[in-house]
Amino acid sequence: MATLHTVNKSPFQTQTLLSCLSHVQAGDSVLMIEDGVYGAMGSTTLADAVAGLGGQVNLFVLGEDLAARGIDAGRVADGITKIDMDGFVDMVASTDRTQSWL
Amino acid sequence: MAAYDVNGTAVEHDEEGYITNLSDWTPELADVIAKAEEIEMDDERWAVVNFLREYYEEYQIAPAVRVLIKAIKKSMGPEVGNNKYMYELFPYGPAKQACKIAGLPKPTGCV
Amino acid sequence: MSEDVKKFLYVNRKAPYGTIYAQESLEVVLIGAAFDQDVEMAFLDDGVFQLTKNQDTKGVGLKNFSPTFRALGDYEVTKLYVEQESLDERGLTLDDLQDIQYEDEDDDWAEKPSIRVVSRAEMGKIMANQDVVLSF
Repeated sequence: MATLHTVNKSPFQTQTLLSCLSHVQAGDSVLMIEDGVYGAMGSTTLADAVAGLGGQVNLFVLGEDLAARGIDAGRVADGITKIDMDGFVDMVASTDRTQSWL
Repeated sequence: MAAYDVNGTAVEHDEEGYITNLSDWTPELADVIAKAEEIEMDDERWAVVNFLREYYEEYQIAPAVRVLIKAIKKSMGPEVGNNKYMYELFPYGPAKQACKIAGLPKPTGCV
Repeated sequence: MSEDVKKFLYVNRKAPYGTIYAQESLEVVLIGAAFDQDVEMAFLDDGVFQLTKNQDTKGVGLKNFSPTFRALGDYEVTKLYVEQESLDERGLTLDDLQDIQYEDEDDDWAEKPSIRVVSRAEMGKIMANQDVVLSF
């Protein structure tokens, strides 16, 4: 019974991503969208915290939102998978529930 | 929604005459809008309209009138790029009226 | 310039696109600059993300307003202060930002960079040196 969690806030602006990652269960997926995609960048002061808390879950980031913000795929941290809008739709359809962290 | 008629094709515009969908613009439409504004398009006016379209393409805004005149002065010389001449070409305001003809949104800062 | 000219600083602390703040700020700056005020912009915290290069919004259906920053010089907005610590925290450098220039009227229209990277301490002093500070 896995959950797909979406986070749409910048981790530099709110605690939402870290709170989400502190509540997720093993096997869940976390997808960073909109301003949440900044949480997927490697080499930031938050990258270690995200990698540490996210160790038990599958981490994803939405490619369209990365592109809008000028973040090259090469800047995404190791262990985070880039997906596109179609992939997002597929994930929602195939998961038991979706939880939006606003 | 009101519309311009370009050889039988309707192109929607807002209550002030600015077209709704920027990609609807064609040179033929520019002539139709100019006619509605009681302006006859000539080389000088086309130069201003083309300049505005290039400016929008590059910066994604329609420039304020002061910026427009300064930029025209720089690219086409002071005999075109001055207030008096630009208002002769576009009596209801070079930025406002030329932007309308160029199919751009109303310039930022115009009320 | 009359004595009524005031120093305005627009403080940008939000990322683009996720909220409307960044785009609204830019619009207000352009309007304010058209009224002959002395306008400067500051980018700190997530605001530094507004200036990244290669933004491409086709996939999200929003207008890419980042090219408009390059028009600011035409509006005589020539000082864009960017906070070094905010860049560092986000793993960004000046190279990740757009090259934004203005033409210096007093120096034979030489093209000069508008972005000035300043420390957090300097940013505080810049804020303290304004008549009006507007936050976005």
